[in-house]
Amino acid sequence: MRDNFRAENDVTTNAVKIAARNVQVYYGETHAIKDVSVDIEDKTVTAFIGPSGCGKSTFLRCINRMNDTIDICRVEGDIRIDDEDIYDRRVDPVQLRAKVGMVFQKPNPFPKSIYDNVAYGPRIHGLSRNKSELDDIVERALKRAAIWNEVRDRLHAPGTGLSGGQQQRLCIARAVATEPEVLLMDEPCSALDPIATAQVEELIDELRQNYSVVIVTHSMQQAARVSQKTAFFHLGNLVEFGETDKIFTAPEDPRTESYITGRIG
Amino acid sequence: MPASWILLIIIALSVIGYFIAKQRALASGGGDRRVLHSLPKYYGTNAALAAAAPALLILGIWMILQPVVIDSIISSNLPEAVQADRGERSLAMADVQRIADGLDTAVSRGAMTADEAVDIRVGASNVRERLAEVGVALGSEVDANTLQMAQEYRALTSTGNIWRAIAVLVVALGGLAIAYMMTHKDFRARNSVERAILSLLIAAACVAILTTVGIVFSLIFNTHDFFSRYPAEDFFFGTRWEPSFSGRGGASDLGFLPLIWGTLFISLIALLVAVPLGLFSAIYLSEYASKPVRSIVKPLLEMLAGIPTIVYGLFALLTVGPLLLDVFGRDGVLGVNWMSGGTAAMTAGLVMGIMLIPFVSSLSDDIINAVPQAMRDGSFGLGATQSETLRQVILPAALPGIVGAILLAASRAIGETMIVVLGAGAAASLSLNPFEAMTTVTAKIVSQLTGDGEFNSPETLVAFALGMTLFVITLALNIVALWIVRRYREQYE
Ligand SMILES: Nc1ncnc2c1ncn2[C@@H]1O[C@H](COP(=O)(O)OP(=O)(O)O)[C@@H](O)[C@H]1O
Ligand SMILES: [Mg+2]
Repeated sequence: MRDNFRAENDVTTNAVKIAARNVQVYYGETHAIKDVSVDIEDKTVTAFIGPSGCGKSTFLRCINRMNDTIDICRVEGDIRIDDEDIYDRRVDPVQLRAKVGMVFQKPNPFPKSIYDNVAYGPRIHGLSRNKSELDDIVERALKRAAIWNEVRDRLHAPGTGLSGGQQQRLCIARAVATEPEVLLMDEPCSALDPIATAQVEELIDELRQNYSVVIVTHSMQQAARVSQKTAFFHLGNLVEFGETDKIFTAPEDPRTESYITGRIG
Repeated sequence: MPASWILLIIIALSVIGYFIAKQRALASGGGDRRVLHSLPKYYGTNAALAAAAPALLILGIWMILQPVVIDSIISSNLPEAVQADRGERSLAMADVQRIADGLDTAVSRGAMTADEAVDIRVGASNVRERLAEVGVALGSEVDANTLQMAQEYRALTSTGNIWRAIAVLVVALGGLAIAYMMTHKDFRARNSVERAILSLLIAAACVAILTTVGIVFSLIFNTHDFFSRYPAEDFFFGTRWEPSFSGRGGASDLGFLPLIWGTLFISLIALLVAVPLGLFSAIYLSEYASKPVRSIVKPLLEMLAGIPTIVYGLFALLTVGPLLLDVFGRDGVLGVNWMSGGTAAMTAGLVMGIMLIPFVSSLSDDIINAVPQAMRDGSFGLGATQSETLRQVILPAALPGIVGAILLAASRAIGETMIVVLGAGAAASLSLNPFEAMTTVTAKIVSQLTGDGEFNSPETLVAFALGMTLFVITLALNIVALWIVRRYREQYE
């Protein structure tokens, strides 16, 4: 299996951003991720697909060490970002999460104003020297998240008062405001209507210019639309990884094919 | 016929009703239970309820009303002057009652015949001595009028009791008969039992509500009575609390301010102890503690809430007071001589604070836990540390709820009695020194009522005014607190 994606790597042009080797994740006794190795490239959108409970979110949360916040979770193996082992003891997970932003399935703006939501990360990490710099950062982030025009005259209204799609874009703005290098998105559109989904998808495509984006999705169409690379997980295994086009047109593994054609759900 | 007999008869009728109705239902279906509308036990239950419920209701109402009615009939024989004054009237009626009870006892012990008890007159024999022989002690000689009233009281009571038995038994039998007649295979016994159960539940709820209403009304009436004897402005704005117990109507200063000052001062000390400790332990438990630690510490903390307040009071009196005295007293470690006795606002406040810790912590813990995990994930995902997340996301989100919890704790503190009685001393004072003895509204209610005063002097009636004022204050606090907590809950639904 690993040979499959080695072959894919050979034809890629972008540098490898995240390299995972033999990753195992356990929740107590449950073995949730089984020996996964994968190379995720810079300036690329990588989609994780697979049936529910196959470990997509778990693996995604390994990349910014969010699993550290779960008591019973244990991660083994080796994950490197820019060739630096993120599970090394010298790495501060808090610093790491500033570099690896995350957007969650359900929009989760803080019960604060729109401005304070976006300024939250920059304030914590001291990214601005004064108010006007902070204003700039907030404005830039909101623009990148394609929501600036909708909220520019109500920056001090509560973020929780926005519509679902706006909230999710606000969360994306909040994540990009800390200038991450990698953006992890866990089913960012599953709580959104089709129009909001289209907006967020468009946004993801733009974000690719600057970031390495990893997106978990339940929608095969979405994976096909926004990603260049696709990884198919099944029961904790990485079954197949490769160019999105190839996965969807000529999958090599019979399990991938059954899933894509709707036989595993 | 005594009430207990009536009760037994009702129960017997009800049991009989159960079986005969069940039998009749089966018979009406020709012995085939499948053709009945309901299970046979529903027909039985229906009859049992029909026999018991209305009869018991009437018995209960009768037992409440009969004494009231008899009381008013008898007391109309009292001299005009006595009738006019509520206090004297109740004293006189208490005498009548005591003699009537004494005669009852005498008859039941065989010291008098029933006829003798009815006919006995003051001149002919010494009633006081005759009653003393059977162990009924009377405070003073029995006068003719009172004796006659007592006899009248007995006569009315026994007639009333006869009519009570008749009325209740007729109703029970009637209910049973009707239910029995209605028992037929098509009768919807199941639905009618269902309705009966519903009304039973409603009745239970009503009792609870009516009792509360009754308590409030008795407070209001007695408070009103107090203000007719003592000027309201002297009560609310008086700065001296010096009740005189020597003579009724003697000059007492019943100023509310020193008491409410003591209450608020001690409550404030208590909250200054309880809020930080409670809140910090809630934060530790909900955000930092591992599962095993939490599963041990949380129940331990909540155990504090199970300690009776009198035990806290002892702790204040015997441990904390002397300890504080050792530090702040005349020959204390600091040599400051701020404190002259072990009982002080500080003593009571500290111990009350300890008592309130579990109260604050367990409410705050619930509230902090109610902040969705998504908020924490969002903050951690942006690279915030645990304490940053706590300070900037969780606490602001939980703040209204925590304020509610604190207000609830405050209303507990204001209503607390035992710790104050034992820990704070008895002197009402408007002092700013926390090491001085102080007293609170609740403690003074206790001390005004422990004694054998009748409820007809301002010195005792003031307890109701104090209780009422306290009730209004804590009620307001509770309403505000519940409103805040509820609003906070809605925010995340
Ligand atoms: N916090 C957790 N505690 C215990 N088990 C978990 C936890 N999160 C996920 N799991 C388990 O790990 C497996 C993978 O879950 P997840 O990564 O959420 O799947 P996916 O996102 O692909 O639907 C599932 O079997 C799930 O039950
Ligand atoms: Mg998932």
